[in-house]
This record gives sequence, C-alpha cells and structure tokens, in this order.
Amino acid sequence: MKPFGYVRAGSVAHAVQVAAERPGARFLGGGTNLVDLMKLGVESPPLLIDVSRLPLDRIEELPDGGLRIGAMVRNSDLAAAPAVRDRYPVLSQAVLSGASGQLRNTATTGGNLLQRTRCLYFQDVTKPCNKRAPGTGCPAREGAHRDLAVLGHSEHCVATQPSDLAVALAALDATVHLHGPDGERGVPVTTFHRLPGDRPDRDTVIRTGELITAVELPPALPGLHMRYRKARDRSSFAFALVSVAAVLAVRDGAVRHAALAYGGLAHRPWRARAAEAVLHGASATEDTFARAADAELAAARPLRDNGFKVALARGLTVGVLADLAARA
Amino acid sequence: MDSSNRPAGGAGVPRSAATGERSEVILRVNGTTYTLAVDHRATLLDVLRERLDLTGAKKGCDHGQCGACTVLVDGRRANSCLLLAVAQDGRRLTTVEGLADGLRLHPLQEAFLARDALQCGYCTPGQICSALGAIREAADGFPSYVTPDDARSGAPVELTDDEIRERMSGNLCRCGAYPRIVEAVGDVRGAAATGDAADTGSRGAGEAS
Ligand SMILES: Cc1cc2nc3c(=O)[nH]c(=O)nc-3n(C[C@H](O)[C@H](O)[C@H](O)COP(=O)(O)OP(=O)(O)OC[C@H]3O[C@@H](n4cnc5c(N)ncnc54)[C@H](O)[C@@H]3O)c2cc1C
Ligand code: SF4
Ligand code: FES
Ligand code: FES
Repeated sequence: MKPFGYVRAGSVAHAVQVAAERPGARFLGGGTNLVDLMKLGVESPPLLIDVSRLPLDRIEELPDGGLRIGAMVRNSDLAAAPAVRDRYPVLSQAVLSGASGQLRNTATTGGNLLQRTRCLYFQDVTKPCNKRAPGTGCPAREGAHRDLAVLGHSEHCVATQPSDLAVALAALDATVHLHGPDGERGVPVTTFHRLPGDRPDRDTVIRTGELITAVELPPALPGLHMRYRKARDRSSFAFALVSVAAVLAVRDGAVRHAALAYGGLAHRPWRARAAEAVLHGASATEDTFARAADAELAAARPLRDNGFKVALARGLTVGVLADLAARA
Repeated sequence: MDSSNRPAGGAGVPRSAATGERSEVILRVNGTTYTLAVDHRATLLDVLRERLDLTGAKKGCDHGQCGACTVLVDGRRANSCLLLAVAQDGRRLTTVEGLADGLRLHPLQEAFLARDALQCGYCTPGQICSALGAIREAADGFPSYVTPDDARSGAPVELTDDEIRERMSGNLCRCGAYPRIVEAVGDVRGAAATGDAADTGSRGAGEAS
C-alpha cells in the first residue's frame, strides 16, 4: 500500500471542501471495500477523508410519510430499524442477504452504494481491465465471466454491480442525496448507477468530490407486499448470482402495482420496466408472472458461461411474485 | 512498544494529519488505554498483533472473507483486517484476550472447550468474538436473513440453530468444526437470554473502563 494522509471530517462542508482541495482523495466510510481495494493496489488515494463519524447516522421520518436514511447508517442498523422492517421489508431483507454480520456492522449506506464490482480482473492489478485502467481491454469477455452481466453490458465491460441494498432501493424508487462543491442534488437510485458503455471506469453519475449524505424513500403505500430473493453459490455470505427485489399490490385478482429490480444481471440494479408493463392490470397468475419475466429477459445477451442466469432470473421472478400474490 | 497507559483524555478529538503518513491514536483495548503513533496504512489487526502483542485475533485472508480477525468495536463485532487503526481512535475494543475474567473463562470459551468445537484452533478466537457479538445482536433485536417475516421488530430474536448458522456465516473454519461450533454457541444462547453468561463475561472484559 502506498502511504497516504488521513483527516477526520468535522462536518459535511469540511469533508466536501477538503475533497475539492485534494484531487484523488477518497472518502472513508466503513472502509470494507476501500481498504480491501487499497491492499490490492486497485485504489491508492493520496488522502483519506474519514467521514464515518459525521452525524449522518440517523433514520428520520419525512413529512410525506417517507424515510430519510443518513449515509453513515450502518448496514445492520438499517436492516434492524423498525420503520424499515415494518414498512420496507424488502430493504431489510436485501441488506441482511449481503456480506456477514461483522461486515454489516461496519459498512455504511453510502459506501454500500459505491462498492466496486467483484470482477476478478478488476481486482487483479496484473491484468488488463477497462474499468480500472481505461483502454487496456476487457479480459472477462472471453475469460472468467460466469458471475458477470447478461443485460446492458458493452464491448468495453461486462461487470456487475454487487450491492444488494441498491437493488432494493431501485425497486422502492429511492433517491440518493449528494453534497458537492456545486451544492446539493438528488438523483433517483435507478439512474445513479450507469451502464458501462464506453466509460466503464465510471460506475455511477457521482461527480468528483461529491459526498452521499442520505438516501430517501417515498412513502410505502398500504397494501404493498414486498420481498427480496437472492440466488447464490452458497446459502449465506456470498454475492448474488441473481437477485430480485419485488414489490406487488393485488386487488380483486389483478395486479394494481408492481415494481421489480434485478441484481447480479447488469452494471446497475436493473429496474424491470418491460416486466412491470406486462404486470400492470393483468391477472395475478403464474402465467402472467412468467410472461413478465420473459418480456424483460428478451433483451438478455448472455456470454459463453453465464446463460444460466437468464433461466435463474425467470424462476426467481415467478417464484417471488407468486409468493407475494398468495399473501395479497 | 511505544504504548503507554496514559488516560484517554483526547479521545475522539479530530487530529488533522492530512499531509503526514502517521498519526497518534488512543486505542482502548480490553480496558487498557494505549497511546501510539500508527502508520495510516496499518490495520487494527496488525497493530493488535504486532504492536500490542495481542495475537489472539488471527490473520486468515486479510480481506474480510474469513472472520478469523473478528474483534468487538464499541461492543459490536467487526473484521479487524479491514479497519484502519487510525480510524479507531478512541474506540472501545475487545479481543479474545479480554473475555476471560482472570482465570475464569468466558462461558463461550467454556462451551467451545466442552463441545470440543475446534481442531486446529486457528479460527477459534474469531469464532468466539463473533459468537459473543451475534448473541448480543439477537438479544438486542437485530434480525438476520432467516428471521421470520412475522417476528416483531425490535424484539429479541430466539437463536435457533438456523439463526446461529446464518449469523455465524462470516466465520469460516477450514477444519469444518461447524456442527460443534453451532452446539457451543447454542449452549450459551439460553444463558444469554436470561441476561446471564455472555453479558457477565463481557463486562469482565473491561469494557466499562
Ligand atoms: C467478503 C465480503 C463479502 C461481501 N458480500 C456482499 C454481498 O453479498 N452483498 C453486498 O451487497 N455487499 C457485499 N459486500 C460488500 C460490502 O457490502 C461493502 O464493502 C460495504 O457495503 C461498503 O461500505 P463501506 O461503508 O465499508 O464503504 P467504504 O469501503 O468506506 O467505501 C466504498 C466506496 O465509497 C466511497 N464512499 C464511502 N462513503 C461515501 C459517501 N458517504 N459519499 C461518497 N463516497 C463514499 C469510498 O470513497 C469508496 O470509494 C461484501 C464485502 C466483503 C468484504
Ligand atoms: S468486465 Fe469490466 S471490470 Fe471486468 S475485466 Fe472487463 S472491464 Fe474490467
Ligand atoms: S483475516 Fe479478516 S476476515 Fe479474514
Ligand atoms: S478449527 Fe481449524 S480452522 Fe477452525
């Protein structure tokens, strides 16, 4: 690891100011991804700005009935908060499906959203990788890509976004709040992460020096049922092969509201708009659910070794929607 | 070792070291306060083992994947291999060395012995610290991925064997002692539920310093 400076931010304004003054500086949340990548040599910032003690560690009710989650709320506290468990259970389940008890105690909401891909080549500085070293190529396309993308990838990068939390937030239409040198702004989670295109080095639309301060959830309407389901190589402590966050409301046998987002399939949490279009107003049957999944997955372009993800996503979708419909 | 037992007067005060490569920190480990200058690159695990001679926490993977380095930070379990020591300034840290009360072992340590819940023992300090954290988390109402949907939010979670397996999944054991580890943790859960064992032991860990 290269030597680096360390400063503990005293306030949001201080953190943003120091970041603006020191190009290449990184914010330190829980450090569970950043410190790992620094050990691997993938990241070598000249300065760490420790934001982990900023007073952004509360979950607050919003006047409209929504919820504001501070960026420093630890993953385990987020998953345990009664307001989250009772009103947004899909979010609690998604967080609890990720990492381990130890890691969730340390990891922050902001850091979780910005964790980097687990693509093996990205993590290995002796290998080419367009995301880590733009222009060097993408060995995953012909190499080890079993865990990588089937939707929205480009010739430049086929990586997947690994956060479970982000997938649930995408289904819940959450907004990421940012504070930067040019002031504050909010970005919908569904457009916060990017598709790789010809700039795979950019995971998200965050600008240099911007700090995530909070994530806001819109009110959870009554009558919504929701669940997160994750398929992985072992039953705990593994990243998703495919995951789905599903929100469903059914009345008189017909779908009144549906929101679906996939993890493990793309460079960003994949909001399944085509599937939702099939679901809206249709009868809540397994046949409808299968047609919805097929409508979304028609766009899949699997690589040599990850075609199984398409069938897996279809099965997960039908299963989770059927479970939710049975509860409605 | 350049550690001393000076009181933690300045703990938590931000010290700007934006340009330097080292900072002075105050670490409160198992009830003892150490003031030492650390290289910003040093992990808590390396400082515990190499500077403070607390070699209980082990380095398995050094990447958050195995749990051998698990310690408690302000009472909650964490992987010390991914924590920068400089960022732990003022934190209350407990390692496996801090669990016994003098010669009296912590109930979890007794349970691991009684159940023979180890072979080589390399993962054991991490398993025990993790189990202590997991038992407390369940008592404090933290859910896990296998906690039933209809469990009441905030209420203590009963540590079934499935709950123990899920909550302990961040601790790998290459010897495969898992069945006995689950039994050992199970032996202590009942005591913990009545506010007994795990609690008393952890107070003995000098955490109230
Ligand atoms: C073994 C292992 C298994 C894992 N399994 C899973 C899993 O199954 N599912 C899953 O979702 N995750 C998993 N994770 C990843 C884990 O969830 C992330 O490492 C964690 O959420 C990152 O949060 P952090 O606070 O530690 O981020 P950090 O490491 O502190 O930061 C990550 C990035 O975000 C930046 N950053 C941090 N906070 C902010 C902020 N407020 N504003 C702007 N930038 C910021 C940092 O500069 C850095 O670039 C796993 C990790 C490990 C090590
Ligand atoms: S998939 Fe993306 S992250 Fe992986 S090697 Fe290719 S460019 Fe790098
Ligand atoms: S050494 Fe820290 S988790 Fe393996
Ligand atoms: S007892 Fe050997 S690794 Fe667990």
